[in-house]
Amino acid sequence: MLKDQDRIFQNLYNDLGSDVISSQKRGDWVNTKELTNKGRDWIINEIKDSQLRGRGGAGFPTGLKWSFAPKEIGTRPHYLVINGDESEPGTCKDRDILRFEPHKLIEGCLIASYAVQAHVCYIYIRGEYFVDGQKLQAAIDEAYKKNLIGKNAADTGWDLDIYIHYGAGAYICGEETALLESIEGKKGQPRLKPPFPALIGLYGCPTIINNVETIAVVPTILRRGGKWFASLGREKNTGTKIFCISGNVNNPCNVEEEMNIPLKELIEVHAGGVIGGWDNLKAVIPGGSSMPLIPKEKCETLTMDFDSLMAEKSGLGTAGIVVINNDQDIIKCMARIARFYKHESCGQCTPCREGSGWMWRMLERMARGEASKDEIDMLGDVTKQIEGHTICAFGEGSSWPVQGLLRHFKDEIKKRNKFDPIVKENKNIPYLVDQHLLDKNA
Amino acid sequence: MSLKRPAKNQPENFEFNTSSHESAKIMISKYPKGKQQSAVMALLYIAQKQNDNWIPLAAMKYIAKFLDMPYIKVYEVASFYSMYNLSPVGKYFIQVCTTTPCMIRGANKLVEACKEKISKNESELLSDKNCSWMEVECLGACVNAPMMQINDDYYEDLDKEKTLKILDKILKDELPKPGSYRGRINNEPENNRKTLMDFKNA
Repeated sequence: MLKDQDRIFQNLYNDLGSDVISSQKRGDWVNTKELTNKGRDWIINEIKDSQLRGRGGAGFPTGLKWSFAPKEIGTRPHYLVINGDESEPGTCKDRDILRFEPHKLIEGCLIASYAVQAHVCYIYIRGEYFVDGQKLQAAIDEAYKKNLIGKNAADTGWDLDIYIHYGAGAYICGEETALLESIEGKKGQPRLKPPFPALIGLYGCPTIINNVETIAVVPTILRRGGKWFASLGREKNTGTKIFCISGNVNNPCNVEEEMNIPLKELIEVHAGGVIGGWDNLKAVIPGGSSMPLIPKEKCETLTMDFDSLMAEKSGLGTAGIVVINNDQDIIKCMARIARFYKHESCGQCTPCREGSGWMWRMLERMARGEASKDEIDMLGDVTKQIEGHTICAFGEGSSWPVQGLLRHFKDEIKKRNKFDPIVKENKNIPYLVDQHLLDKNA
Repeated sequence: MSLKRPAKNQPENFEFNTSSHESAKIMISKYPKGKQQSAVMALLYIAQKQNDNWIPLAAMKYIAKFLDMPYIKVYEVASFYSMYNLSPVGKYFIQVCTTTPCMIRGANKLVEACKEKISKNESELLSDKNCSWMEVECLGACVNAPMMQINDDYYEDLDKEKTLKILDKILKDELPKPGSYRGRINNEPENNRKTLMDFKNA
């Protein structure tokens, strides 16, 4: 288990208070000026050395992303946008950072803005987190008052303004280009890429978009060194991560742990075990609802990081672990996730808009045992028609969980859905169009 | 995609009152000059707050003029995002999360409780306009499942009995205390916490 002093979010459970003075006691804002004085290249190199990968789901190397920002400010200003539109079912880590560690986030914004030369930073928070957003706003006001942000922020010589932009209940706005559209005051429909936001983003200006957790760990990495961060976890999957363990466990919780921690340790030690014991485990969704589930046999030895989950044809995503035990109907669980995606599709691309509803209706029928056995293969076919045929990754996000279900629990679906639509017996059914085929055999 | 329809009975006029007007100006000042359209989401929230938690079409027209943008673009935004109510909702607006992490911890019991206490159907206003409820998608408090949101506040770690008690209070026009209803603190494991022990009693 990770040592307590190596945990970045010391106030994850709000034992110590989230105001600026308690945050300073924990080490935030202590030597921000010295860090920025070392220069942009040092900051970006240190982040590259730490091998920090984005915490929002895709796991893109953060240092590399920052280095895509133009080196000089041209005619267009640069922007930094923080993605706090946490809507992935199973995930609730950013909420705790917003309400309990806001100063880590704000300091991270200052350092990141300095590194990518942005003078304005927008923090996009989902509308439902209004109360938590107000707490962040209070922290921002505190920081302005103490001159930690604003003109010559924290004596670094850099000017920075931070604004909160509330979303209004659209999952798709967590997709970076949809998020930019939403800040521009349009409906959140993703843009085609390229051009990538690093060159043409918010208002057509160079924009760097990072997840809340990614930015919040940056100040600590710079203070303790990229080498320290890289020493945790394993190669290319370094550092710590907040895991959200929900579902059928005795003590659902958020916990910060080292990357590459065994899944079983997370569930047994931190979350108090599966309800009904480990043997009652059915499957685990390892990284938020859009990642394919993993059956119990593989959970025994599974370690939680980007690459080892990729090898299992799943992914770490947002590290929202949903534990499902044998008391639940796994097909029904997945049908509910399919309903979520049907509700949240933005409607821009046809395969996703139509296909997500199609998958939901088929899965609902399969859960009731009313589907024909041919439909099981057809469902797999539908997921393949959606995946890769949409503008954004929502198509993958909605079809992967269904593919995961088909990969691991096909037998269970087959057992429940035996109905054969082809009439094989010679019955005189007056309304059957294919009656002549039956008559011929007779 | 949300399938929302504007209410049938629409007020003729809408105008920001003084305090709304002021906060609208502050919102617009957050965005660069000439990009005032960015404030449309914030302004819709302000209009919704001023007008008993729903947005009439007249408000959209007013905001369109206010921000110098086409009315249809405001309508597009208001109908795209699910948190803008286009028809009246209760003074206490209850949203029950029923997505999988909540579902497997018994969110359907919460729905049952709402059906018993408030109304058989979703989004149905009581005659005194005090209460309405609806099922929503993930609210992002999965480790505190099952949970529901009443206006801005989260009510976490519920079961049917606790939900019934909360609803009773609301029907008596009292706002119950938000947060966890199993007495746990934030998102920490309920018992047997293993991390950050030095701070636990600090």
